[in-house]
Amino acid sequence: MFRYFIRRVFLAAPVLLGVATLVFSLIHLVPGDPAQAMLGEGSAPQDVDELRKSLGLDQPLLTQYVRFLRHALTGDLGVSFRTGQPVTTMILERVPATAELAMAAMFVAIVIAIPLGVVAAVWRGTAVDYAAMTFALAGVSIPNFWLGPLLAIVFAVELGWLPVSGRGSLANLVLPAFSLGLALAAILARMTRASLLDELNELYVRAARARGVSRTASIGSHALRNSMVPLLTIIALQFGAVLTGAVITETIFAWPGIGRLLIQSIGFRDYPMVQGCILLIAVTYVTVNLVTDLMYGVLDPRIRFE
Amino acid sequence: MTLRLEAGQARTGIVIVAIVVIGAVTAPWLLPWDPATQDLPNRLQGPTGQHWFGLDELGRDILARVLLGARISLLVGVVVVGVSSILGMAIGGVSGYYGGRIDQWIGRLMDVLMAFPGMLLAIALVAVLGPSLVNVVLALTVIGWVGYARLVRGQVLRAREFEYVTAARALGAGTPRILIKHVLPSALPPLLVQATLGMAGAILSEAALSFLGLGVQPPTPSWGSMINGGRVHLLDAPHLTIFPGVLLAIVVLGFNFLGDGLRDAIDPRRK
Repeated sequence: MFRYFIRRVFLAAPVLLGVATLVFSLIHLVPGDPAQAMLGEGSAPQDVDELRKSLGLDQPLLTQYVRFLRHALTGDLGVSFRTGQPVTTMILERVPATAELAMAAMFVAIVIAIPLGVVAAVWRGTAVDYAAMTFALAGVSIPNFWLGPLLAIVFAVELGWLPVSGRGSLANLVLPAFSLGLALAAILARMTRASLLDELNELYVRAARARGVSRTASIGSHALRNSMVPLLTIIALQFGAVLTGAVITETIFAWPGIGRLLIQSIGFRDYPMVQGCILLIAVTYVTVNLVTDLMYGVLDPRIRFE
Repeated sequence: MTLRLEAGQARTGIVIVAIVVIGAVTAPWLLPWDPATQDLPNRLQGPTGQHWFGLDELGRDILARVLLGARISLLVGVVVVGVSSILGMAIGGVSGYYGGRIDQWIGRLMDVLMAFPGMLLAIALVAVLGPSLVNVVLALTVIGWVGYARLVRGQVLRAREFEYVTAARALGAGTPRILIKHVLPSALPPLLVQATLGMAGAILSEAALSFLGLGVQPPTPSWGSMINGGRVHLLDAPHLTIFPGVLLAIVVLGFNFLGDGLRDAIDPRRK
């Protein structure tokens, strides 16, 4: 088990290095001079020189790269061009908001998806299955940047049940969480159905039924439990989609998270902040996948011995 | 009651996609309204017999703009899927067939690109390259090829062990010939499914980037930028947001239906 853990962690290291390299190279992809682009066309040459120096862009590329990696390892992602504050501090201030939104969206998704997927699998090929899967496919197809404003109009403006934007109370969380979680619910429902269908065909479920276990118990206590193992991976993989979706949802609902910070920073051409946000989201995603892999190894011993 | 879900879905998908393609292609000849013509005195006017989808904040015909937006969306989808799938086939084919060091390096590159969730890398690339249609296509292609390459690599790994491939090799066929004539064709059916679903993904991503102000720039209409532009008028003129959104969702649903139907046709166990 320990060897499995070490191997998995070891495998994640080159990926993280690759991610950091790509994020580092982002600023060098800016057409022309990044410092000039950040300050605008009419800026004084000495200001551009000063900014170039403060960003370290006057150094050789290799020096810049090594410095970026060394600083990133110690949590130093530079200083925001817009506010002058450390990028890491500004991002960390936004982490709770994004984490709260992501968790709430995942919760909404799971609560909707698992019953829907189970119902579709149990009544496979019937109108119930058809309706559930059409709903799921529609959920995948409706963009959250369209659903969000519509939900806000109905539930915040017309009905007045929920606040339209901001963060603070549970009521503030409902609309962004639904807007972000619905597409995920759709994907998860499809996966739950597929995973449960695989298990329902297994001999142990038939054996349980033959032993006199009720249909509900054979599904709930036997098949569904086993079908949850692959679902765990899907949920973890979808965490990435939630993080990207949060960029849009946070923008719509003025939710003070990392996604909104990213979009605001793009608008201000605050490249150090853009790099910081992208790096943090990607590293979080890799870490979540790594933890899932490790948990998968705990849940399913076969994985450890592959 | 048993329903033939997948056949119905695929057919619905084909019909939706066909209608949108025909509408987008023939729009300039069908509609009397130019998408750029402004009718400022009647700005924000709701749907009427003359303007079926109403007018936007500058008094432009929304139906004409939505159909022009469909052209942009379909163009992005076709180019992104076309280039990504060709790149993915080439890279995945080489990686799977040769194995060894090449496979390892390509595998690492794919792992790094997959470490960026969803279209985060596309957002990052467009943010630094600057918002434009070309950069959107470029960014979506950079993240898009990986899925195709992984799929093709897996298929090639499997196909390379088949006896007919060994036979071709024994008969003296060169590697490019074996790859193109014998190995890659076996990867085509799942690739077709992925490309169909990829159209939906590319159209959604382009709209999302345009919504964030990172995609197609005004005055060229895009469904994403139209939805964003309509947000400030959600209370007084919701039709600005509703029509582009409905069309976007329908087109994406159409491609998803089609992709799902094709997948079920290829792998009947999934039904």
